[in-house]
Amino acid sequence: MEKSNNILLRLDWVTVILWLVMMVMGWLNIYAAVYNEQHTSIFDLSQRYGKQLIFIIAALVLAILVMVTDNKLWFFFAWFIYGFFILLLVLVLVIGKEINGAKAWFGVGAFSIQPSEFAKFATGLALASFLNSRRQLFGAREMIAATAIIVAPMLLIVLQPDMGSVITYLAFFIVLYREGMSIWVFITAILAVVLFLLTLIFGNLPVAIGLLIVAAIALLITSGFMPAIRAAGVMALAGAVAYFTGHYLLDLGLVLIIVIAVFLAGIVYAWYIYRQKLKNQAIIYIFLLGGLLYLFTVDYAFYNVLKPHQQTRINIMLGMETDPFGEGYNLNQSLISIGSGGFAGKGYLNGTQTKFKFVPEQSTDFIFCTVGEEWGFIGSAVVIGLFVWLLLRLLILAERQRTTFVRAYGYGVFGLFLVHFFVNIGMTIGVMPVIGIPLPFFSYGGSSLWGFTILLFIFLRLDAGRTEYLG
Amino acid sequence: MKDRYANRKFVIMALVLLTAVILLVRLFYIQIVDKTYRVSAANNALRPVTQYPARGLIYDRNGELIVYNQAAYDLLVIPVQTSAFDTVRFNEILGITMDDFRARMKTAVSYSRRTPSVFMKMISSETYAILQEELYLFPGFYVQARTLRKYTRPVAAHLLGYVGEVDNKLLAKDRYYRSGDYIGVSGIEKSYEEQLRGAKGVNIFLVDVHNNIKGSYAEGRYDTVAVPGTNLWSTIDLTLQEYGERLMQNKTGSIVAIEPATGEILTLVSSPTYDPSLLVGRIRSENFQILQADTIKPLFDRALMASYPPGSTFKIMNGLIGLQEAVIRPTSLFSCSNGYHAGALTVGCHSHRSPLNLPEAVAQSCNAWFCNAFRSILENPEYSSVQDAFDKWREYLVAFGFGNKLGIDLPNELSGFIPARSYYDRYYGKDRWKALTVISLAIGQGEIGATPLQMANMAAVIANRGSFYIPHVVKKIGEQGAPSPLYTQKYITGISPENFEPVIEGMEGAVNGGEGSTARGARLDSIIICGKTGTAQNPHGRDHSIFVAFAPKENPQIAIAVYVENAGFGSTFAAPIASLMIEKYLTGKIKRKYLEDHVLRMVLRPDGEE
Repeated sequence: MEKSNNILLRLDWVTVILWLVMMVMGWLNIYAAVYNEQHTSIFDLSQRYGKQLIFIIAALVLAILVMVTDNKLWFFFAWFIYGFFILLLVLVLVIGKEINGAKAWFGVGAFSIQPSEFAKFATGLALASFLNSRRQLFGAREMIAATAIIVAPMLLIVLQPDMGSVITYLAFFIVLYREGMSIWVFITAILAVVLFLLTLIFGNLPVAIGLLIVAAIALLITSGFMPAIRAAGVMALAGAVAYFTGHYLLDLGLVLIIVIAVFLAGIVYAWYIYRQKLKNQAIIYIFLLGGLLYLFTVDYAFYNVLKPHQQTRINIMLGMETDPFGEGYNLNQSLISIGSGGFAGKGYLNGTQTKFKFVPEQSTDFIFCTVGEEWGFIGSAVVIGLFVWLLLRLLILAERQRTTFVRAYGYGVFGLFLVHFFVNIGMTIGVMPVIGIPLPFFSYGGSSLWGFTILLFIFLRLDAGRTEYLG
Repeated sequence: MKDRYANRKFVIMALVLLTAVILLVRLFYIQIVDKTYRVSAANNALRPVTQYPARGLIYDRNGELIVYNQAAYDLLVIPVQTSAFDTVRFNEILGITMDDFRARMKTAVSYSRRTPSVFMKMISSETYAILQEELYLFPGFYVQARTLRKYTRPVAAHLLGYVGEVDNKLLAKDRYYRSGDYIGVSGIEKSYEEQLRGAKGVNIFLVDVHNNIKGSYAEGRYDTVAVPGTNLWSTIDLTLQEYGERLMQNKTGSIVAIEPATGEILTLVSSPTYDPSLLVGRIRSENFQILQADTIKPLFDRALMASYPPGSTFKIMNGLIGLQEAVIRPTSLFSCSNGYHAGALTVGCHSHRSPLNLPEAVAQSCNAWFCNAFRSILENPEYSSVQDAFDKWREYLVAFGFGNKLGIDLPNELSGFIPARSYYDRYYGKDRWKALTVISLAIGQGEIGATPLQMANMAAVIANRGSFYIPHVVKKIGEQGAPSPLYTQKYITGISPENFEPVIEGMEGAVNGGEGSTARGARLDSIIICGKTGTAQNPHGRDHSIFVAFAPKENPQIAIAVYVENAGFGSTFAAPIASLMIEKYLTGKIKRKYLEDHVLRMVLRPDGEE
C-alpha cells in the first residue's frame, strides 16, 4: 500500500482540534473577563478580546508556516535555534523593555514580545538533539550536560527576573526521566521538597530531631540492635561534646549543634565503618548529614534569598499566613470567584466577581477564575478534561516515534503543558503558590499563545513526518 | 539502542491523572462543598457611588449671589444586585403604585443591568429620612446626594438658563455623562457647563447582601475626588435686571444694556419671562410643558433670538457710512416734502422743517434725508457699479456685528439678516437692480433683520466712537479669573471717530432737542442721553417700538436697546423704558415716579390689543 505524502492526512487532527477549541474558549473567556459595556463587540480591536482574536489568527498562520517546514530543519538546526534564543535572552537583558519590574520584553511598536516564551521550544529541540546523539546509557556525564542545557536559559531568565518562567523549565526533567535518568534524582528532589515544606511548617529543630529518629529506626532495621546501640552511644558522646562547646562557649543554635554533633560522630565512626565495610550504615549516615545540612541551608535561603512577597506567597499556600488584602489578595479573590461559581456556574457574562475586576490579571494569569465563576464545576472539569486529553494525546504521539529526537522533543512539549496546566490552575485554587505563568491557549497575550503554538506544531510536524529518515 | 525505559511512560501517565485528580478534588471542594465562597462573593458586590460636585455658583457684577445650590437625593438601583424584597412597603415609602414601580424597574433594566441608574429622582428629605432607615431591606437600592439650583431672585431666567437631565444622544457622545446626570440646557448653565459642572468623583464601596457598606474597595485605589464647579461672576447688574423685568411686565419685547467700554452686558431682559425656579427639580418637566405650551412663549429669548427690522434706528448706520464714504457731509442739506419722491416711488415722512442737515435729520428722523444719503452711498462714482458700492455698504454693517452672530457667550444666538448682493441678484437678475430698488434699506425696513443684542451693540459702538468688545455675560471665571479671551479683543468698525460726532449730536438732539425731536420722552435733566427711535414694521399686527441709546454723552457708561412689540412708535414706549433704565443704572434711583407708573401700567398683549 502506498503511503500518502500529503502532510494534511498525516497530521494529528485530534491535537489540532483540541488546540482550536482551547483557543476559542480562551477568547470567549477573555471577552467575559474584560467585558466592557462601552465596547460590547467581541471584535472591538481596542479591547483585549479584539486583540486576542488577532493573536489567534496570527497563531493559525504560524501553525501553517511550521507545517510547511521540513523536518530536517528542526533536526539539524536544533543547536543553532537554541543558540539564537540564548542570544536573545542575553539581548533582552540589555535592550529589553521593563514591564512589571521584569526586563523580559522586546518592544516592537505597540506590541511586546517575550523571548522566554519562545526559548522553550528551542530548549526542547536542543535537549532532544543531545539525547538523540548520546552513545551510552544515561550516566552522570549525560546528567550534567542535559542539566546544563536546561539551566542555561533558566539562569538568564532569573536575571530578568521572571521566576514563573524559570520554574516552567523544570518540566524538561520529565524528558530526562523518560530517557533514563536515575529515579534517585527524583526521589532526592521529592525528599528535598518535603523537607523544605516540613521545615517551613514546623521549624527546623523538630525536623532535625525527626531526621535523627528516622535515621535511628533505619539503623535498627538494617543493622540490628547492637550496632544501633553502639552508633547511638557514639552519637550521644559527640552530642554532649558539641552541646557543651557549642552552647556554652560559642552560643550556637540547637540545629547547628546537632549538625556539628552528627559531623563529629561521623569522623569518629568513619574508620569503624570503613574497616567493617558497613555499606548500609554509611548510606544512612550520608543521608542524615545531607538532610541536616540541607535543612540548615533551606532555612537560611528562605529568609535570605527569596523576596518577602515570595515568602508570603509560599506561606499563604501552606496555610500559615492569611493576607487577604496584600499578597493574598489575588488568591483570596480568585478563590471567591471560582468558589462562588458553584456546580453550574453563574452563566456566561454573568460573573459578578470577574466583571467587577476583583481579581487582578484576570485575563492573563487568572483567566481560570472566569471559567470557574461563569461555568462552575462543570466548566472547570471540561477545561481540565481538555488538558488531560491533550496531555495524554501528546504522550501517545511521543511514544509512537521511531527516533529518540522526536520522542524527547514530544516529552518536552508534554512536560511544559503539564507544568503550565497544573501550576496555573493550581495557583488559582490555592494548591500551588501564586506563580505568574499563563494557562496555555487560554490566557490573554500574543507571546505565550504563539510560543505554545510553535512548540506544539513543531512536534506535530515532526510527528507527521515520523516515517521520514532524519539522517 | 533498545528503549529500556519504555515502561516509565505509565508512571508519567499516572502523573497526568494525579494532577487532574488533585485539581478536580480541590475544585469540587471549593465550588460545591464549601459554601463560604458564595457568601464572600455576595459580600463582594461593588457599588460605585458618584460624588457629585456642587455646581459652580453665579454672582452678579457687584458680587451679589444669583444662583446657588441646595441638597436633593436621588434613589438609584443596580438591577443585578436586587433580590426579592417587600415591594409593598417600598412603594408605600416612595408613594408610588405597583405599576409605576414596574415601569421604573423596567427602564432601569433596559438601561443596564449592571450599572446604576436612577430609579427615582429628587426624593424629598422626609422620604429620604424614612428610606435611609429601611434601606437594608432593599438590596440593590441606594441613595445618592445631588444638588439642585436655587435662585436668590426670580429673575434672569433666559440669561441663566436651566439645568436638566442629559439625553440619550449626548450620553452616547460624551463619556463624562451617565444616565441621570444633570447638564446645563440653556443660558449660562449651558455655555459654561464645563466650568460650572466641576468634575465628578467616585467612591467604590464593597457592599454585602444586606446592602450594608463594608468598606472601600481596594483601599480606595480606584476612587476619585469630586472637584467642585468653578464659580462665575456675571456681568449682569442684578438690580438693573430685576428693574428691567419689572418695567417690561405685561409687555412683549426685550431690553439689552451693555457697558460700552468693556462689552459687558448689564441687563438682558426678554419678556414675557418666568421664574427660573420653576425649571428645577422634579417639577421641571411638568412646568416645562406648561411654559412651552403657553401662547405668549415665555421660553423664547427675544433678546438673542428675535430678529426684527431695525426701522429708523438704522438711519444712524446709513449716516455713518455716508460720512465715512465721504458722499455726504454733516452739513449736507436735503429737502423733504412729506417724503422722498423719485419717479413713481414715494417714501413718506412726517411734517417737519425742511431742508435739514445731518444732526437735524437724525434728531427728527427724516426719511427723505436718509433716502438721499443712501442713494448717494450706492451711487458713489468711486465704485464701478451700484452693486460694488452695496458690497462696501454691507462690509461696514458686518464690521458692526450685523448679519452674523456676534458671538455672545450664550447659546442659540440668532445671526439676524443683512441681504447680500447675491440676494437681490437672485430676485432681480444679476446686477439688474438700482439704488431705488433697495431704497427701503435707507430707513431700516425691508429685507433686513437684527436682534436686540445687535442693536445694543450698535449703540455701544457709537458710544465708543467706532470700536467694541463682543458683548458677553461672564466677566470672571473663578474668583481670580478673567473672561474668555474672546471678549478681551477689541474690534474696530472702520468708521473714523470724528464721523460719529455729527450723528451723536443728532441722537442728543432726538432726546434733548426742541420741536420735531422724536424722543423727548426719554429726556433726563441731569444726564445727557443720546438716542434714536425706531419702528419695526410688523406684518402681523401693530408695529414694534424700538429705542437705542447711550448715556452719558461723554464717557458713556451704558448703551441700551429696548424693544416693545406691538407698541407702535418708538418714542411712545421704548424710549421711556430706556430712559428709566439709564436713570436707574446711573443714579441708582428713579425720580420720575409718574413716568415709572405710566410704564408699569402699560399692558400690551402680543395680539396688539391694549
